[in-house]
Amino acid sequence: MKMPNGKHAATIPIQPVGGKSAAFEYLTTKKDELIGWARKFSLFPYPFVTACCAMEFMAVSSSPYDTDRFGAALPRFSPRQADLLMVVGTVTHKQAPVLKTVYDQMCEPKWVMAFGVCATSGGFYQNYAAVAGIDKIIPVDIYVPGCPPRPEMVIDGIMQLQALIARSKHPILTKDF
Amino acid sequence: MEAKLPNPVRPAFTASERDDTVIVNIGPSHPATHGTVQIIAELDGERVLRTDVHCGYLHRGFEKECESHTWHNLIPYVDRLNYVSALINDFAYCEAVEKLMGIEITPRCRYLRTLLSEYSRLVDHLTCVAAGLMELGAMTAFLYLVMIRDYMYEHLAALTGARVTYTYGRIGGLARDLPDGWLTRLSEILVQYEEFVARVHGLVDRNRIFIDRMRDVGVISTKEAINWGYTGPILRSTGAALDLRKDTPYLAYAELDFDVPVGIKGDNYDRYYVRMREMDESVYMMRQLMDMLPAGPINVDDRRCVLPDKELVYTEIESLINHFKVIMDGPKVPAGDVYSAHESPNGELGFYLVSTGEGVPWKVHVRAPSFVHMGGVHRMLDGYQFADIVPTFGSVNMIGGECDR
Amino acid sequence: MTAGILDRLQEELGPTATAAAVAHGILVLALPPAALFGVVQRLESQFGFDLFLDVTAVDWIGQVPRFEVVYHFYSTQHCVRVRLKTRVPETDPAVDSLISIYGSARYMERECHDMYGIEFRGNPDLRPILLYEGFVGHPLRKDYPKEQEQPLVPYRT
Repeated sequence: MKMPNGKHAATIPIQPVGGKSAAFEYLTTKKDELIGWARKFSLFPYPFVTACCAMEFMAVSSSPYDTDRFGAALPRFSPRQADLLMVVGTVTHKQAPVLKTVYDQMCEPKWVMAFGVCATSGGFYQNYAAVAGIDKIIPVDIYVPGCPPRPEMVIDGIMQLQALIARSKHPILTKDF
Repeated sequence: MEAKLPNPVRPAFTASERDDTVIVNIGPSHPATHGTVQIIAELDGERVLRTDVHCGYLHRGFEKECESHTWHNLIPYVDRLNYVSALINDFAYCEAVEKLMGIEITPRCRYLRTLLSEYSRLVDHLTCVAAGLMELGAMTAFLYLVMIRDYMYEHLAALTGARVTYTYGRIGGLARDLPDGWLTRLSEILVQYEEFVARVHGLVDRNRIFIDRMRDVGVISTKEAINWGYTGPILRSTGAALDLRKDTPYLAYAELDFDVPVGIKGDNYDRYYVRMREMDESVYMMRQLMDMLPAGPINVDDRRCVLPDKELVYTEIESLINHFKVIMDGPKVPAGDVYSAHESPNGELGFYLVSTGEGVPWKVHVRAPSFVHMGGVHRMLDGYQFADIVPTFGSVNMIGGECDR
Repeated sequence: MTAGILDRLQEELGPTATAAAVAHGILVLALPPAALFGVVQRLESQFGFDLFLDVTAVDWIGQVPRFEVVYHFYSTQHCVRVRLKTRVPETDPAVDSLISIYGSARYMERECHDMYGIEFRGNPDLRPILLYEGFVGHPLRKDYPKEQEQPLVPYRT
């Protein structure tokens, strides 16, 4: 089922489906909760780092504000091995094909976090060079504004993403598989 | 399948010179290229024959943006150039405008700007060394250095309101004065800094693996460094004691007692050690400045650029109009051009400003050290191993915001 | 000491320049484009200006000649800076390249060409450095609108 903003089928929120029995619904709901719990606590971020927000990304990954507590510490620098694409910093038009390629190379299920206002909306770079928000190129699941955002905001973003993953549907058979 | 995406760059070489070499692309989305630099390398086995370095993936149109903002409103853009030591960018820019306007800042402002410049230098070198060590595998050293850097970020947030990009410099002074207890906390942080850095020295300095990976790797001579435009710690690591703070003193550096550390060979190990020693010199300078800091006003009393007190703005019509004009039209800077350079942690950071007498600049150009260094980095990469690209590139400390502007 | 070298420069190089002055501690020489390369060679070999700091351009739209190419040099011996300016017209915005004297000129000239369209005769590699292949125009010229984007990746609907 495709959402209006083009999100992928793996992360649609749960909606009642007509024609299935209550027992089936119960089992699939429990399966979704189990898979959601597993996926949300084992996020492998791909830090697509470009600019100043990288400083706060380093800070949030380190000892004072640890993302390891949330299971989201181990960065995977290959898109094939990652499931959370954190776009950290401004994406310019020159960088846009690179971002799209990296996003396309990631396997399902994948989520995208727009880290910082430049990734969210272009920030205060409204000119010929910067893309005014990465959602013009790839679908985004969670927006963390800030210039750069405080580490607590990033952690709040990760927690909200975890809540989103927890309440999503996780079909075993998707249209691609 | 969607249509193939266009390649944003044209590489200098696409065909190998010989049959047995391979061309490899590193970046621009890569953990060790500090953001967004693409290195196309031709390899003979593990040895790098030639490299083609492509920057520009973070070109955000800084100079074009500045031409449509007032002299004050563009200070946040200036901050995000060298975003690891943001205060130095602020102060270098503000000093260039103050030169054009013929303003002399107050003594307290001068000493405070010097203190904060050295504080920013500490933060920058901590970040560079931490990232470089992490890329070699020394995760513990990275965590120690980022921990102390975090204390500094919180401390600067208590002063300026932001952790990373402060927008604290103003034309004619600073945004606000020090809060109570700030200097006490600074002394505590400097003591903690010494403790953390001593641990990192113990882990890394005489470590066999570290020395094998960094000694005699990425060597550049002084003559070549100057020809390729290198300034800052990279030039000092080759043995030349050239530092703008000593050679062309600005702010309060003429009154401070400090040494300029130099290296012996111009290799990666020297660059690491020059940065560590420069951090110690910065701490020494900051302790001197904390004693020398005079009382007095922070902002110079010049109505062309400094906003009047809020009480006056709310009660007097002249101050209201003055405030309005400075905010909306910008301070009227006399026509002319100026080039003013500071010693940033990467080298000579220069601002070339052109004014036509308006409140909006005609041109703001940054002489970014990282950009010039990218032009010569292939001299340090060619001929070494492929795995040496990572530490050498890390030791050059390319900051994307400054390189690509 | 700095005053000595600046005076000496003004004496020796002043005759080739159309204007020479000292502003904010820097000697500023305005030169005709043809004299530029010779003066730079003399600065580097004779006067010890070994560090080439910067080349950029200023777009004086409406004036003829339109572009002003500005060079900054620094002498590590004497610790002084020199600024050279030269005017080139819009129809033929070309100056001589300095890559045979300074290695750092390569990237800086590429950037100036990218942003303003100034041709550097003798620089074989004027590929876009800050902009990308396929970008049409020179954005720092005053007649290029700031917000005119040229996306490489088509936007999602």
